[in-house]
Amino acid sequence: MPLPYTETVMEHFRNPRNVGQIEDADAKSIEGSPACGDMVAVYLKVDEGQQRIQDIKFESYGCASNIATGSIITELAKGKTLQEAKEITWQQASDALGGLPPIKTHCSVLAVDALRAAIENYEERHGLIQEREPTTIETVRKRLKHVMNPVVGLDLVRTKLVSDIQLNGGVVRVVVDLPKNHQFASSIGQDIVEKIEPLWDVDEVIVQFTD
Amino acid sequence: MFDGMVYLDNAASTRLDERVLEAIKPYFFDTFAVATSQFGYSPGIEARDALDGARASVAAALGASAEEFIFTSGSTESSNLAIKGVAMALGEKKGKHIVTSRIEDFPVLHSVRALEKQGFQATYLDVDEWGRIDLHALRQAITPDTILVSIQAANQEIGTLQDIDAIGAICREKGVLLHSDATHSFPRVPLDVNQAQVDLVTVTAHLIHGPKGIGGLYVRAGTPLAKWMDGGFQEFNLRPGEENIPGAVGFAKAVELVSPEETERLQGWRDTLIERLLEIPHSRLNGHPILRLPHNANVSFRFVEGESILLHLDMRGFAVSTGSACFSRSLEASHVILGIGGNHERAHGSVRFTFGRFNRAGDVDAAVDAVRDVVTSLRKISPLGKDAE
Repeated sequence: MPLPYTETVMEHFRNPRNVGQIEDADAKSIEGSPACGDMVAVYLKVDEGQQRIQDIKFESYGCASNIATGSIITELAKGKTLQEAKEITWQQASDALGGLPPIKTHCSVLAVDALRAAIENYEERHGLIQEREPTTIETVRKRLKHVMNPVVGLDLVRTKLVSDIQLNGGVVRVVVDLPKNHQFASSIGQDIVEKIEPLWDVDEVIVQFTD
Repeated sequence: MFDGMVYLDNAASTRLDERVLEAIKPYFFDTFAVATSQFGYSPGIEARDALDGARASVAAALGASAEEFIFTSGSTESSNLAIKGVAMALGEKKGKHIVTSRIEDFPVLHSVRALEKQGFQATYLDVDEWGRIDLHALRQAITPDTILVSIQAANQEIGTLQDIDAIGAICREKGVLLHSDATHSFPRVPLDVNQAQVDLVTVTAHLIHGPKGIGGLYVRAGTPLAKWMDGGFQEFNLRPGEENIPGAVGFAKAVELVSPEETERLQGWRDTLIERLLEIPHSRLNGHPILRLPHNANVSFRFVEGESILLHLDMRGFAVSTGSACFSRSLEASHVILGIGGNHERAHGSVRFTFGRFNRAGDVDAAVDAVRDVVTSLRKISPLGKDAE
């Protein structure tokens, strides 16, 4: 196959399912940014009694993987309970598409994050969210599991690229075991900042590379 | 595979011209010998003649003499040789500072960065919103420690032409060597090495319907240049290796086949394409509107992303390129669009169209229609721009 995308990915790219907005949505989210060339917006209609996703739509700004993963998670989430939908992983989304090239797995992470953010948005609106917890090294590590290593398509923690995490006041320092001029150093650095900075008690994120 | 496909990515590579193939064939079958020695057997001499003829021909297109032109494996090697060769020759004696621009293509940028890791210093000149360097800033950047200035003749993505004559005059005045990467401009945009006062020029064959795997470097007589490949004394002892005679002959033929009339025709298509693309809402031109490569158009479309545009256009039979991060091997947005002050979004939505000999007039309208359809349908599914009208 010439293009490293599966036929399923191309099918979802050509004919994405559940595209659009929901006028009177019960919840909405938008993840990613124009700056990183990747955005997914998710709209939910929830059956309150059953806590089940009645309808789900998405919008996308991004490459073929971005559109395909947005499409597939709407198919995976539709009809599920909020709890079931929360547990959908990026790996499942990727598998449902027949797999994604390693350099593109971050797209499936984004789609899943957008779905989870929409569910969280619903919970916030219905007073189901607990107190905000202070950020710990463990919080940062959990988030770093959403940052992909584009070489192998697995996350930074799993591929043992996180050498150190330091917290100091509102400043988070993440040390990555890659040379500063590595092909993907810049994009990984940006991804880390985007995932950690939004935390409510974080003022600044410093990404340090070796050498 | 290419039947019916409208190929608008001639800046990436081009279709070989049949006449180039005809010119090359004898050097694979009849005169397949190489020029191992001046004193060799007659087929070798014949091959040497062909090589010399090709060399003189390409050199003449630059206003240079044959002894000042060497063949390489391509423009990447040429730029590496020029920059690292000068650095190695002068680094210990004269100085360790290099000036270049921040929108150069990777062979130049990465060569300079590699030298920085070896103790050289570099200044990366900024460019204006059109992609032109500021001559005053160039003048100020040159110090007694500067050994080389490397500024491209034209930009690989946005097509902007630099004022090499003026740059050459400044460098000559300051006594600094000037290298210019003319990969995308030669020979459609005339460059005379003596008028421009340039010391080293990178050129290539495969962007003008010549063979892949052959390029060249003009080296002004007397330019200090250290060779970095070892293994023989070919190419005036600057670049060893058995000469690629078929390649050299093909390069010369390709140069010969480029005519001003053809270039003018491409330029007309370029202008019409740009004019019609800009009629699509929320679009903007990247690069200088007038001082740009005759065959290059680069337009950004808001609210949609380049790889998706490219794949949709591919499905409709059009080949183009994009400055989107998703498309690049390092997941970084185009450093050129960022260099002209564009934001990441502008890079992600940028599409480059480049014409060649085998395009037809009808390609322009067909491309515009396809782009309009694709951008419109991608905007329908985009979360951005819904409030903009």
